[in-house]
Amino acid sequence: MATNAAAPPTQRLHRFERPALTGVLVREVVNFSSYWRSSTFSSTVEPTIYLLAFGFGFGSLVSRVAGRPYVEFVGTGTVATAVLFSSAFPARFGTFVKYQFQRTYDAILAAPVDTEELVTAEALWIATRAGVYGCVPMLVAIAFGLNPSWGMLVVPAIAWVSGFGWACFGIMIAGYAKSIENFSYVVSAVLTPLFLVAGTFFPISNLPGWAQFLANFNPLHHCVELVRHAAFGFRWWDLGRLGALVLFGVLVWRIAIHAMQRKLVD
Amino acid sequence: MTFRCPRRLYDDQLVNESTELAIRLRGAVKRYGAITAVAGLDLDVPMGTCVGLLGPNGAGKSTTMRLLTAQSIADEGEIEVLGFLLPAESKMARAQCGVAPQLDNLDVTLTVAQNLLVFAHLYRVGRHERREAIERALVMAKLVDRRDTRVDKLSGGMRRRLLIARALVHRPRLVLLDEPTVGLDPQVRQELWALIDALRSEGTTILMSTHYIEEAERLADTVMIMSHGKAVATGPPHRLIDEHAGQEVVEVYGSPARLAEVETEAGAAGLRTRRTGTSISILGVDGAGSPVEGERRPANLEDVFVLLTGEEID
Repeated sequence: MATNAAAPPTQRLHRFERPALTGVLVREVVNFSSYWRSSTFSSTVEPTIYLLAFGFGFGSLVSRVAGRPYVEFVGTGTVATAVLFSSAFPARFGTFVKYQFQRTYDAILAAPVDTEELVTAEALWIATRAGVYGCVPMLVAIAFGLNPSWGMLVVPAIAWVSGFGWACFGIMIAGYAKSIENFSYVVSAVLTPLFLVAGTFFPISNLPGWAQFLANFNPLHHCVELVRHAAFGFRWWDLGRLGALVLFGVLVWRIAIHAMQRKLVD
Repeated sequence: MTFRCPRRLYDDQLVNESTELAIRLRGAVKRYGAITAVAGLDLDVPMGTCVGLLGPNGAGKSTTMRLLTAQSIADEGEIEVLGFLLPAESKMARAQCGVAPQLDNLDVTLTVAQNLLVFAHLYRVGRHERREAIERALVMAKLVDRRDTRVDKLSGGMRRRLLIARALVHRPRLVLLDEPTVGLDPQVRQELWALIDALRSEGTTILMSTHYIEEAERLADTVMIMSHGKAVATGPPHRLIDEHAGQEVVEVYGSPARLAEVETEAGAAGLRTRRTGTSISILGVDGAGSPVEGERRPANLEDVFVLLTGEEID
């Protein structure tokens, strides 16, 4: 009988392959063409409003913080806010909607793609967006007087590394959440405290000793400090901060894969 | 059809050309807590044939489909798809399968062509073959003039055709169709049957789950009737009908009391009966004749199904 079927493939497929990552990324990029306006708006306007509100609001009361004009201090700090808003938040909702309502992941996993590849590609894409969106508050701050420096060229990379971790964090939360309402607990109990004690709007050094110690476990704080040092001059211990971001990313990446494997394969 | 055990895949041989079975399940069991969705299922799907899984909702058809893509992992038993042992080698099997799910999971904000493009990438269609692959899928699903239409602007029938086209974009050796026409009106269902029949005639192996008797009877070379996660009968539709219901059935209408009398009389004559709402059907009357008069009609797969499972079906 004549067959329409393709010839069998001549290569064995392995775990964690580039074509599988590419396939998922292509889907994201093609989809992005239909919603980039709203996504870009929400991911850039909100941190910019924080920057302007705090920069000019507090800036009128507090002229200098940590030896810098307040608008420069907060302008570099809100890069981390933009990264958080453009990675953890869309990762949580996007992942939940894709597996629970749209059943997109069922379709993808019926193709030669594993959960590990799916989660990784999704996180890579969100991190890439965070790398771009994260720079917007800094560009706005430059327009309001922040002096450009060569170190700022590495800010997209810092935002990317941080964004990868937060994207995986969002996917992990979606993987463990039983309903979309559960996200409120995470926002109130985890993200808001991390956001407020990251050193974005005021220096951590003003907090009690125990809070300063705990801030070392806050990835957002390391992102804030790295961006600030990229703008004003790196310190040798920034390598430790980068290491902390990488460690955070690797840890939540593996947990996110585990959570999604449980959710998608029964 | 004989089954030869596939050569293991530790060497460079990637596809067992000698296997004649596209799917082989032996004693597959899948439990969800206290519920056993698939209860020791054996299933053979020979290459180049269309096999229909027929059963009511909850019979275990969709779970069986998920087992074949390793989206569900069997608690017991052995599963081979295209010679690959699942779940360990499922990626190789999935690369050569196409799946059209029961639930529409298309990207609705993308166009028809964009949906196919995404899956051409996911199924690793080569860069130079992608355009041709998309064209071929569009032609097969009769969606050529809709290529630039967003999915959320398509009718239900077109979306279902696109789901099948998406499953075919990489020219799979095996196609899994999970309830391909559920919820569609009769005319659209006919269109999809024509599409599935075209696939069948081209030699693509198809495993199709359905709860429509007519669909299974028209399209499947072999039907497996499932109930409560088990196969209760397997064979070509006409053979199942001959074996279990005979060639003719007498249908008797009347009051509940009259139907009860007919049931007793038929039982006394050694004939099997089944209730069909306001009537009773007496099966296997071709040789023995009927103890009561009624409307004669050819036996069908529904008679077999109800007889074997005691359940009514759409």
